[in-house]
Amino acid sequence: MMEIGLNHYLVLSTILFAIGLIGVMRRKNLLLLFFATEILLNSVNIAFAAISHYYGDLTGQMFAFFVIAIAASEVAVGLGLLIVWHKRHGNIDLETMTSMRG
Amino acid sequence: MFEAIAFYLFSFLTITMFFIAVTTSQALYALTALAAGMIFISAFFFILGADFLGAIQIVVYSGAVMALYAFGMMFFDTTRDVKEKQGNKFIIVGMGVLAAVLVVVIFAAPIVGDNIVAIYPMIEGAGNTQEVGMVLFTKYLVPFEVAAVMLLVAMIAGIVLAGKKMDLSLTLTSDDKIEEDENNKKVLL
Repeated sequence: MMEIGLNHYLVLSTILFAIGLIGVMRRKNLLLLFFATEILLNSVNIAFAAISHYYGDLTGQMFAFFVIAIAASEVAVGLGLLIVWHKRHGNIDLETMTSMRG
Repeated sequence: MFEAIAFYLFSFLTITMFFIAVTTSQALYALTALAAGMIFISAFFFILGADFLGAIQIVVYSGAVMALYAFGMMFFDTTRDVKEKQGNKFIIVGMGVLAAVLVVVIFAAPIVGDNIVAIYPMIEGAGNTQEVGMVLFTKYLVPFEVAAVMLLVAMIAGIVLAGKKMDLSLTLTSDDKIEEDENNKKVLL
């Protein structure tokens, strides 16, 4: 209980990933959907850093850096697209974006 | 002892903050809770001895990403309550937990199989930042450069998409229209 091992971090990562997935599935506003995506990326980063620490290997930290870089560029492009959509249509709800009727 | 206390304290804080971020109906509360959660996550990196990663987490997430989101929120109508999908709650929670457990199994399977060998082991007597620099600029140099190009592309995309009148093409607009716009600008000034 007092000794923190790799499993503790993996369980924490699971909980955070589940929270992020629940957010992705229940949000309708695209901005809040992006927030849930950030939670997913962060929970994976914790798992990478923990495995890197407990196995004395730096590869996990390297991957965490690249995940952070990808998250930063995702935000830049995603917010730009959201602003363009909001200028044209006035809202950013997912349900208004269904242009194809199937 | 202190490690355990810190771990449980920051676990509780992070889970609470992220839970608020996905359940609240106010976009501003979600943004604030997410920013707080990002800072608390960097505490785990410091506990794990990944100092450089923790600093990057604070600088990039709490500094750049959150500022960008706050900037983006100024464009959107964030004062009204956010509508939610009306779905079956049990299905959503069940699928979320199931997928999360699957991800952890993917991570843990090679560990249980016990065939992990440290390819780039920690160097004795070097700080974390020094170790990261050594590995990043030797073994991971090509992915590092590719990531730099990707960030450049993302920056240009952000400028083009969010810039004023950047969605209009100057080469496709007739000269008269551009001149007219210029004249209107002078009147406004």
